[in-house]
Amino acid sequence: MNYRRFLLIAVPYAWLALFFLVPFLIVLKIALSDTAIAIPPYTPTLDLSGGWAGIKAFFQGLDFENFVFLTEDSLYWKSYLGSLKIAAISTVLTLLVGYPIAYAMAQAADEWRPTLMMLVILPFWTSFLIRVYSWIGIIANEGLLNQMLMGLGIIDTPLQIMNTPSAVYIGIIYTYLPFMILPIYSALEKLDGSLIEAAVDLGCTRAAAFWRVTLPLSRPGVIAGCFLVFIPALGEFVIPSLLGGSQTLMIGKVLWEEFFSNRDWPVASAVAVVLLLILVIPIVLFQKNQEKAEEAGK
Amino acid sequence: MKTVWLSLAALSLAGTTAMADQVRVYNWSDYIDDSLLQKFEDETGIDLIYDVFDSNEVLETKLLAGGSGYDVVVPTGTFLQRQIQAGVFQPLDYAKLPNAANLWDVIKDRTAQYDPGNAYSINYMWGTTGLGVNMAKVTEALGADAPIDSLDLVFKPENMEKLAKCGVMFLDAPTEIIPAALKYIGEDPASVDPDVIAKTEPVLMAIQPYVTKFHSSEYINALANGDICVAFGWSGDILQARDRAAEANNGVEITYTAPKEGALMWFDQMAIPADAPNPEAAHAFLNFIMDAQNMATASNYVYYANGNKGSQEFLNEDVIGDTAIYPDEATMQNLYTVVPYDPKVQRVVTRLWTKVKSGT
Repeated sequence: MNYRRFLLIAVPYAWLALFFLVPFLIVLKIALSDTAIAIPPYTPTLDLSGGWAGIKAFFQGLDFENFVFLTEDSLYWKSYLGSLKIAAISTVLTLLVGYPIAYAMAQAADEWRPTLMMLVILPFWTSFLIRVYSWIGIIANEGLLNQMLMGLGIIDTPLQIMNTPSAVYIGIIYTYLPFMILPIYSALEKLDGSLIEAAVDLGCTRAAAFWRVTLPLSRPGVIAGCFLVFIPALGEFVIPSLLGGSQTLMIGKVLWEEFFSNRDWPVASAVAVVLLLILVIPIVLFQKNQEKAEEAGK
Repeated sequence: MKTVWLSLAALSLAGTTAMADQVRVYNWSDYIDDSLLQKFEDETGIDLIYDVFDSNEVLETKLLAGGSGYDVVVPTGTFLQRQIQAGVFQPLDYAKLPNAANLWDVIKDRTAQYDPGNAYSINYMWGTTGLGVNMAKVTEALGADAPIDSLDLVFKPENMEKLAKCGVMFLDAPTEIIPAALKYIGEDPASVDPDVIAKTEPVLMAIQPYVTKFHSSEYINALANGDICVAFGWSGDILQARDRAAEANNGVEITYTAPKEGALMWFDQMAIPADAPNPEAAHAFLNFIMDAQNMATASNYVYYANGNKGSQEFLNEDVIGDTAIYPDEATMQNLYTVVPYDPKVQRVVTRLWTKVKSGT
């Protein structure tokens, strides 16, 4: 292997090692430690000045107690399942909202498309936190939505949306919608319009043409969009903690509680390691799908 | 992962750029008269960066992570005691604190149980944890003989069921609520025995469905606006709510009562982290706060008692004369203090708390 090729491969691997592997190993190491009242709040810490004996003592101090603890308490698997459920449902809902928007954008006249694209991206110019906060102003009991509905006489008592799972779904769908729209739009935009014409000429109705031609051809975009929504939604912390009540169990929130309220860094790290392992599965699936799509594209 | 690295980078940057004429203070929310901050800057020429929190737990996480970048922090006594053990603080240099002469022996003796000899901290404020009540709404829900001076009000499910309609908030602080629940069932509130602590679980789970929210600062406004009718919170915060309601003239009338079964007495202590970027300025801030006039200004604004004897002559009558703030002998007898939990008990306590908050 020549020098240049080695360098070319080394760069991404060095990047991965530095920004993924090293932090992961640090977290894993803390996950195997015990809590302590000290700075930092866990023990043992690696003391290289102790020489070989110090390193040996360090490894002897590590155990899987915290991972065993995660299996003993129902809170953790309930939270993992809660996160999976919320992520899955919001992905489907985001798809249902996002697909028609992407479709309409792709159908729009050429001169309109950049503007529409702009409108989808525009909210990103404001801080994510502010946008989530502003939803509180909309859906709170005294918020805009309830005041409007009550003003119109549609409801008598305010709808309790705030601090419920519905609020979390609204927050996630709103926040991740662009991640769903953009890949679907780019798939639909490339679609050759003559294929639809051909389908209609050959006796398909409009609906059947959509179902049998457009939808299958936009599949790569749909899959990419779903993964882009599902993966971050699974570990979401900000949205459930601002909009959800204490009944909404999500693993990101449990992780925060372990870290900040319980000050139990080892258990918090164990939760993080398990979360990462759970996330690796969809990421690998996504990767496989991308590879397949690339091969098909050749 | 990337954000972790970014924030680490930001922290180290913040650490190196802290200038000699800057002091970073991390205090509880709604806990000072803002005019004092300006006064400190004017008098000393030191830039004051003032940041707030509403939970001892969050403060402790930042302190134990190390390199918090703060020069002055304000943990409660029980937390302070544990943090001193962890080596979080540096001993105070009393030579730089001439105003320490103003401190009040009565309080100094009590805080010495957390910080022997008050070597690491000075008392900022102290108070009790009790019941904030919107009289009109509670009377409407429970009748004229509502037990507003008793823990029955918030720990009896049949009372809570009726109060749920007008809203009840609890502190999101297990170290405050669990001792109260222990007191309610006749156990020692300072117990650190996991089996005894576990006895509070059925009590708390029974009232959990009726609690609007567990939060440690939102209840001030919620109570003042009439959004909730009962808050189980800190004395001064509830009195601030009373004040805000009176100012808004919205017809909301709030009272604070320390429960007759006994109330938790706590002490918030100002201390300087061992790795404070500017301990010199931190001492200047502590000395400024211990000035009799300044401390009186603070107490007059936040409605908490302080540990400063000298300030008492400058206190407003509605502060020094209010037994909810400066309790009389009889109430004083009824106050109890607690001790910190060790890590194993802490895990039991926080797990119980997560269970109570999530209802599962």
